[in-house]
Amino acid sequence: MPMTITEKILAAHSGHDEVHPGQFVMAKLDLMLGNDITAPIAIDEFRKTGAAKVIDSARIVLVADHSTPNKDIKSAEQCRLMREFSLEQGVEHFFDVGRGGVEHALLPEEGLVAPGECIIGADSHTCTYGALGAFATGVGSTDLAVAMATGECWMRVPESIKVVYRGRLKPWVGGKDLILYTIGQMGVAGATYQSLELCGDTIESLPMSDRLTMCNMAIEAGGKNGIIAPDAITDNYMKSVTKRPYRTLASDSDAVYVRVMEIDASKIELQVSTPHLPENAKPVSAVRDVVIDQSVIGSCTNGRIEDLRMAAKILKGRRAHPRVRLIVIPATQRVHLQAIREGLGEIFIEAGGAFSTPTCGPCLGGHMGILAKGERAVATTNRNFVGRMGHPESEVYLAGPAVAAASAVLGRIASPEELS
Amino acid sequence: MSTLRGKVHRYGDHVNTDVIIPARYLNTSDVAELAAHCMEDIDPTFVSTVKAGDVIVGGGNFGCGSSREHAPLAIKGAGVSCVIARSFARIFFRNAINVGLPVLVCPDAAADAKSGDELAADLTTGKIENVTQGTSYQAEPFPEFLQQIIAAGGLVEYTRKRLVA
Repeated sequence: MPMTITEKILAAHSGHDEVHPGQFVMAKLDLMLGNDITAPIAIDEFRKTGAAKVIDSARIVLVADHSTPNKDIKSAEQCRLMREFSLEQGVEHFFDVGRGGVEHALLPEEGLVAPGECIIGADSHTCTYGALGAFATGVGSTDLAVAMATGECWMRVPESIKVVYRGRLKPWVGGKDLILYTIGQMGVAGATYQSLELCGDTIESLPMSDRLTMCNMAIEAGGKNGIIAPDAITDNYMKSVTKRPYRTLASDSDAVYVRVMEIDASKIELQVSTPHLPENAKPVSAVRDVVIDQSVIGSCTNGRIEDLRMAAKILKGRRAHPRVRLIVIPATQRVHLQAIREGLGEIFIEAGGAFSTPTCGPCLGGHMGILAKGERAVATTNRNFVGRMGHPESEVYLAGPAVAAASAVLGRIASPEELS
Repeated sequence: MSTLRGKVHRYGDHVNTDVIIPARYLNTSDVAELAAHCMEDIDPTFVSTVKAGDVIVGGGNFGCGSSREHAPLAIKGAGVSCVIARSFARIFFRNAINVGLPVLVCPDAAADAKSGDELAADLTTGKIENVTQGTSYQAEPFPEFLQQIIAAGGLVEYTRKRLVA
């Protein structure tokens, strides 16, 4: 039976020669992830399973990234619980403040995720790792708890949607614009329970950082995972982060899809998703009158060095609009250091921006950039739900780093083309 | 499992986990604290009006967004006996099954129900009755694998039995 790449990975991890959509399988996991919000519940539930030791301390990753550096006493207690559990269980990959960063930017750069692997994370954006050709999906804390005890997770094999992108991208347009446009086309529930397989010549020439951005937001279409077949770009990326072997798989040419979408990527403009759903994607030109109070550049979606370079290119020699608070947050320690070495930090600070340590903080309305009632932000993050970045009457406009940087300068939503 | 009965709290499509339990309250895992802020950003009156046994009815894609299990835990902690929706987002759906919050997929019951209606639901058969409107519905059955988890009382209990066996 022909299979998609997702079906092949799930079959290989559940002891089956083949699997079909709708089938329930127990998948053996290569890696399982939790953070300071989801791991504390997972640790409590793990104790209730009756297991004394985790199944494999090398396959567990715990990252203190959401409310860190600890924003209050309760958050500090959550992090301590995770730190103590890591010590007790000998968890090899515990990333504390100052040693890690935002989980989904961190794990790829640490070489902890690889093509062909089966990964769960108690965080919805775990689907990011599909950019490397892995099956990766977000689950809850109880799933993580049970996975830590058994090494397995129950899965319903998803149907697959193939999205084919063709053509050369316009200037400044990147992975964020492609995925916002796609979510705009299919809706926030357009891929519910399904796999989003991204391909076509646009994807084949797309750098890994943009691929990670795209797969990161598969969940915003309701998808179980996003996935891109490994190629030379994947191999080059993997070579730069790890020496360990991995398995390269691809969908069969006659694999079955519930839907095939063709997108002419050459026509896609810079995109902005207006409040309060990521599916409200519009060309930047349609929303350029929107005045903003804050611009956030960072997160697991767009906090990689390539994103910061793009923002710096626009902000170099310019100042953020006096009314706008510009907040630039490199996603990991490594990205932060690289940004300093390349002089990007200087550019952001000279532009009147706050340039800070890695954290998920503002993306989820945790800390480090909360919006007051009626305030509006443009953000390179992934969700613009009601109250996502602060007060329930504040607003988030999602965009890529080029639009976020240009908007910071002009004080309203803007394209970099509008800058002199 | 038995018949549950309660008043409807009706919401629309795409009720996301950020409005079910805003991230500013995620610095705790305490269910009572989470329940005290349940639905705060979509319905500030929910916590003061909800009574034990009440039913949340949603439209499509209920529970979309973050993977936070705090969302079904907050709903369960607030005393809600069951969530009925046209459809559920997948992580919320599996979290609800895993933590033992009853969820039923029933587009017709979800479409007809109004806030304040009295509903009765039999979780074993999937029969839903809108007592106020005098109408009855059949929820979609759960796949057999999920029925095993539900019957065990959640994923942890299901796993504990597997580990002992």
